[in-house]
Amino acid sequence: MTPPTDECAVGDAGTQHAHRQDLRLALRDSMSVGFATVPTGLAYGVLVSQSGLDWWWAPASATVIFAGSLEFIVLGMVTALAPLSQIAITSFMVNFRHVFYSLSFPLHRVHGASAKAYSTYTLTDEAYALTTAPDAQTWSRRRIVTMQALIQAYWVASATVGVVGGSFIPDSVKGLDFAITALFLVLGLEAFRTRRDVPGALVAMACAVVGHLAFGEEMLVFALPAFAAFLVARFAVIRRRITHA
Amino acid sequence: MPDTPYLLAALAVSAGVTWMLRAVPFTLIAQLRRSRLIPYLAATMPVGVMTVLTIYTMRSVDVVSAPGYAFMAAVVVTIGLHLWRRNVLLSIFGGTAVHVILVSTILGS
Repeated sequence: MTPPTDECAVGDAGTQHAHRQDLRLALRDSMSVGFATVPTGLAYGVLVSQSGLDWWWAPASATVIFAGSLEFIVLGMVTALAPLSQIAITSFMVNFRHVFYSLSFPLHRVHGASAKAYSTYTLTDEAYALTTAPDAQTWSRRRIVTMQALIQAYWVASATVGVVGGSFIPDSVKGLDFAITALFLVLGLEAFRTRRDVPGALVAMACAVVGHLAFGEEMLVFALPAFAAFLVARFAVIRRRITHA
Repeated sequence: MPDTPYLLAALAVSAGVTWMLRAVPFTLIAQLRRSRLIPYLAATMPVGVMTVLTIYTMRSVDVVSAPGYAFMAAVVVTIGLHLWRRNVLLSIFGGTAVHVILVSTILGS
């Protein structure tokens, strides 16, 4: 049997205490990631205000896409009127890492179809990171879903504040869009620190350059699948070497 | 400027693909644990994907121009800050600040 959680009768003083405790813990957990989420969300909102898009794009994309780094690159793509195929391929490659979150995220604690739908929809890097500790496997649905909803609220609120505040930035201030380049540069450096894959980085550069020369604005439609094909081919070669050794 | 139907379609596509990647694997956990290719791809993708996307954001920069010099200076500052302090927010804000100051003053187009 699983321990009693939110499904228990409401009205019992002990259960109500447990409910309040869950909300407190969800607030504490979400705030620990909020320190990075809020400044990034503000910056995202400011970039939307400088992009020429209507203000509603900031809260709408923050709510609906709800995947930090992807929102920054999608902002650049929609202002360049990128084809939807390019947006789909980029979304797939940028968020591929999420596939693994299913191995440890305590979705078995989140009962009910709509709660499960929301919990998977908002399964961001932050929600995953907060549930990697073993005790998260016994958290209540209330604690997990509240934590995810709070992170989404911080993100949407800070993006909205950013887009409103950004509209007051005078036109003489130029070049804020460099933040998108800086973000991906830094994410690349962090990824390289985790895995020092020099050939991979060089092949990726080649894919990007060839993609740009051959397809111009639609370079990602070539560059990202070409890089993925390289990885699959390299995997096949490594496997063959291992089995023949 | 993009029209509203295009923007809504872009939202639906990026959100739909992202949700699929977050939700579908829960139904394939057994296969996921057996697979060797998927962990390999997940580990090796980020370096290349971030490299490609960084170059994508630079696609319209003319390197031999005043804004191009400002851009390259900001890239150097971002990388330098990140190697020095390894603070994601500091590197992004520092690099962007240098870029804004340069293109808003001496290296504007």
